[in-house]
Amino acid sequence: MNFEEHAAKPLLDAAGIAVPKSRLVTSAEEASSAAAELGACVVKAQVPAGKRGKAGGIRMADTADEAAKAARAILAMEIGGHGVERLLVEERIPIAREFYAAVLNDASAKSPVVLFSTLGGMDIEDAAAKDPRALSRCVVDIREGFGHREAKEMLGGRDLGLPSPKRSIGFAQAGDEAKDVAKTLVALYRLYRQRDAELIEINPLALTDDGRLVALDCKFTLDDAAIPRQPGIAALGARERLSALEARGRELGLQYIELDGDVGVLANGAGLTMATMDAVRHLGGRPANFLEVGGQAYTLTKSALELALANPRVKSLVVNFCGAFARTDVMTEGVVTAWEELKPTIPVFFSIHGTGEEEAVELLRARLGMEPFDLMDDAISAAIEAAR
Amino acid sequence: MIVRAADRVLVQGITGTQGTFWSQQMIAYGTRIIGGVNPKKAGAEHLGLPVYASAAEAANDRGFEVAVMFVPPMAARAAALDAIEAGAKLLVVLTEHIPAQDVMELIAAAKAGGTRVIGPNTAGLVTPGECFVGIMPAFNAKVHRPGRIGVISRSGSLGALICLNLVRAGFGQSAYIGVGGDPILGTTTRDALRAFEDDAGTDGVMMVGEIGGTAEEDAAEYAATMKKPVIAYIAGAAAPEGRRMGHAGAIVMGDKGTYRSKRAALERAGVRVLDAPTEAGAAFTKALGA
Repeated sequence: MNFEEHAAKPLLDAAGIAVPKSRLVTSAEEASSAAAELGACVVKAQVPAGKRGKAGGIRMADTADEAAKAARAILAMEIGGHGVERLLVEERIPIAREFYAAVLNDASAKSPVVLFSTLGGMDIEDAAAKDPRALSRCVVDIREGFGHREAKEMLGGRDLGLPSPKRSIGFAQAGDEAKDVAKTLVALYRLYRQRDAELIEINPLALTDDGRLVALDCKFTLDDAAIPRQPGIAALGARERLSALEARGRELGLQYIELDGDVGVLANGAGLTMATMDAVRHLGGRPANFLEVGGQAYTLTKSALELALANPRVKSLVVNFCGAFARTDVMTEGVVTAWEELKPTIPVFFSIHGTGEEEAVELLRARLGMEPFDLMDDAISAAIEAAR
Repeated sequence: MIVRAADRVLVQGITGTQGTFWSQQMIAYGTRIIGGVNPKKAGAEHLGLPVYASAAEAANDRGFEVAVMFVPPMAARAAALDAIEAGAKLLVVLTEHIPAQDVMELIAAAKAGGTRVIGPNTAGLVTPGECFVGIMPAFNAKVHRPGRIGVISRSGSLGALICLNLVRAGFGQSAYIGVGGDPILGTTTRDALRAFEDDAGTDGVMMVGEIGGTAEEDAAEYAATMKKPVIAYIAGAAAPEGRRMGHAGAIVMGDKGTYRSKRAALERAGVRVLDAPTEAGAAFTKALGA
């Protein structure tokens, strides 16, 4: 679950990492009064998509009028397919240097990884291309944790101070910045652990003219599997954009993804469902959906069938079961019952193997008078033909 | 990671509906289950086997090499640590939706304790004709039959379908290794390839992957050095970008985890990549000349 900037920054704030003062607004009028309060500010589109700046969704405003004007322009935009409905109006921070900091799950290392770069304010990939030495990476032993010793080691020897002309102004002692950065990284790791993050990224982490560290943007992704034990923050995450049918599937506890084809797909297990979709395409057809009834969901086949048929583009259906944990007799019973109730007019083609196969095939013969195809490819080819 | 008939198996969560059903299936197939764990029912008997308060108690009493977990996601970390501390050599984690940080913790503990973890989110392991551990249709002779192909899969149902197609063409399996559908896994596809390369009972390897992560790219690197033929099928060619396809690990983000990248890496390593699962039998007939 992704958090937009306005939902992620309060988490940083609570973890002791400074963020700019801000107001979340939904209109030009509100933006204007927020700017009147904050002074020179930045008006930022709140959408669950990257590259907001490049799209023109982040604008500077020196006065309340300018903020209203910027807000009006951004609210009329669409960024990454998302209409802009909310804006963050934020006090403007005088930036001396921009860093990058992140903590994330690393599947290859099977461990959390802390990243820090002296090149912030740009894509981390671009930064790596520009200067590979700018990036430090620390693979964390999750049982030991990440403390000041690890942070210090990771930053070892880097000059993190203000650029020399500003340094002479003497707001901060040289070396204080490195200590502050280390403190920020430790706080970030602690937040990652406390809140079951998959990723927290601060980019840029600004060093201000007067030597303070302030998080100017933040990405936070909550591990979906941890939502049951993070009830306090799960409500703050951005809602995924779902079609009406996808939302219905979610409510039913089914994994349903709508696609633009006309051959409906119902299978058990993520891998088999993808393979069925792939075969539809490989054999010259177009799949209408991803819909799996694997794991515990195999008992929900009746609802699943109704969902697959509710898509008006579906002209034929392929049901492909290969039972391991999921029992094909239980799944077939659900399909047959739904079929008897709904009496759909589109044709359906079955392939059934694995756990409960004999009973499933018997059910299909007795109640629908149908014979499953031995090969899944033959069932799919027949469904593609019927959809034409 | 290839289970044998002699291996003693402990079932954590043996008294639940699924734990009971699949323990019965495993016992009937020949798996040597020595007992189960449920702290609330410790001291009782279930399926004619002792129920222990902890894996440590089971280790002190009858002893075991393999532990398999029928445990809900939020209790998985503690159950895994229990099995690891009790000295399990192999821990099969069937549970789906375990928080990723718990997975990393249990994998780190397993590494320190000398335990190999299979999964999470796996349907388990089958050694046809000997035993099975997990929730696979080992007893279905159309799917699992003794033979000389090693099968590795990130998905249970698709793995079963591939086995079915191999059996149809006359190829049984030396073993089936379900590595699991999570993004962070105790045993990777690459680890499983190595086990089959070293296994005297295996002539060739069928590797079933899917989009998301870099497991197939990593495996390709190792496959290039192997003596035995490897044939692959990757699910998700028709999957849209940015959507999680059922498994937590099956997601393409930008240009990462794509079908194209995986296929290219495998083909560069000399691995034949099939367009459809049904091609598996013919591909091995050609590769092994059987």
